[in-house]
Amino acid sequence: MFLAEATTIDSGATAWMLTSTALVLLMVPGLAMFYGGLVRTKNVLGTMMHSFAAMAVIGVLWTVCGYAMSFGPNALGGWIGWRGDLLLLRGIDESVMDNGGIRIPEYVFAMFQGKFAIITPALIAGAFAERVRFRGYLAFIALWSLAVYNPLCHWVWAPDGFLMNLGAAGAIDFAGGTVVHISAGVSGLIAALYLGARRGYPKTAMQPNNLVMTLMGIGLLWVGWFGFNAGSAISSGLKTAQALTATQVAAASGALTWLLIEMVHHGKSTSLGIASGILAGLVVITPAAGVVQPGGAIVLGAVASLGCYGAILLKNRLGYDDSLDAFGVHGVAGMIGAIGLTFFLRSRWLAEAGEKVAGWGVLSQLGVQAAGVGVTVAYGAVVTIVLLVLVNKTVGLRLAKPDEMAGMDHSLHGEHAYGLLNLN
Amino acid sequence: MKMVTAIIQPDKLDAVREALIAAEITRITVSRCTGHGRHQPQAELYRGQEVVPNLLPKVRLDIACNDAFVEIAVEAILGAATHDGGTVGDGKIFITPLEECIRIRTRERGGMAI
Repeated sequence: MFLAEATTIDSGATAWMLTSTALVLLMVPGLAMFYGGLVRTKNVLGTMMHSFAAMAVIGVLWTVCGYAMSFGPNALGGWIGWRGDLLLLRGIDESVMDNGGIRIPEYVFAMFQGKFAIITPALIAGAFAERVRFRGYLAFIALWSLAVYNPLCHWVWAPDGFLMNLGAAGAIDFAGGTVVHISAGVSGLIAALYLGARRGYPKTAMQPNNLVMTLMGIGLLWVGWFGFNAGSAISSGLKTAQALTATQVAAASGALTWLLIEMVHHGKSTSLGIASGILAGLVVITPAAGVVQPGGAIVLGAVASLGCYGAILLKNRLGYDDSLDAFGVHGVAGMIGAIGLTFFLRSRWLAEAGEKVAGWGVLSQLGVQAAGVGVTVAYGAVVTIVLLVLVNKTVGLRLAKPDEMAGMDHSLHGEHAYGLLNLN
Repeated sequence: MKMVTAIIQPDKLDAVREALIAAEITRITVSRCTGHGRHQPQAELYRGQEVVPNLLPKVRLDIACNDAFVEIAVEAILGAATHDGGTVGDGKIFITPLEECIRIRTRERGGMAI
């Protein structure tokens, strides 16, 4: 897959991959706005800082060793990848990678993948919003990226990763349903349970401070997701178009379904509802974008909204504080997508898998998908709990009560977000 | 009837509100305000430069009380609004006579309306 010599570069594919790289980065401020609008006024900056700090921390860490751990050849029995000359990306200065005949500079691939590494820990922050110390958060995402993200990324996407080679044609995770969304969702759930609820939850009202910002955020996420999914084909052609179409359709279907559910259940459709539906649709299609057709994308988007809506109702009943529903949306829709895509595989994909292993069908692939999800959930949960305890006992993760009451903006950052607006 | 007006630090709003609720004083009006006092403004950092705001942000609570509740309200605020047992800038409480109070819905007047 990786060639060292400089050869003819496919400028079309490279141009699209450069664009996709930028689009995926755009999702991080998009996420900051999405989450930032949902918290209380006193925590806006602290919450947006979680996304922006991920750009700083993981942006450096990925370059130093993240890429080497994710895309080097198998090391430590395949737990991670490793190639010494990928440290600081030294070895790819002039390398061009070959993805089935499509040649792009390896730097582009490394940076594109780096954006995924950035956004994933930022997603977790939604689960423990409004109640963690900044230093503890920085330590946690750095360790989580090294111990959870990089190994998962290696297993699922590296050419010699074990999930990539499971069954006839690997566990399908086109753009990060398991690596990004399930891992972030499950880790978020564990963190929310370990750290406990925000002070006063669920009795105290905790309304979003600015849904306008949340809507702009989901808009940026939708746009950025075209880079996330359509860029994951690492080409600029038929597969790119298929992924882009599935992404668009699933997001719209998720949004429509959520609106209809609310209309029936509450009599009113809400702006936060449409934002949540868009997100559910985008997450569910992430693992599936390369293998399903528009009809399947519509069904997946609708099922994701139903599933996430139900999961949030259940959360409210159970009473744990996954503040911004990192698990309720990313975890649940990620699982629905990774499992559900099996039933909508395009016939060409099944035919090709059948050529590799005779008789390979939907049920055999279902087992592979379930294994991929199971491995992600188990590994993510176990390592996350270890890291949480470690960080909380050393640096300190849970915010002290007086600081939590005063708000993160004041107590952690010494700033405030709005002038005289928005008291809450 | 008295009007109890408290000017407090914004970061103590939750603490004061909860103390008032614990003292069964739940009918309050809260607004943001700014002003000058003896409090030397705490510098905020913007791009490494210390910026000293000239008007300090504060929170204002207006609580209309029957006379029996005035001291209860004041004690609740005093107990919850201080930093480290009392720091310059913790705020002030003003108590003024309240001439009339009318509930719009029922047109009740006086102490009943509070």
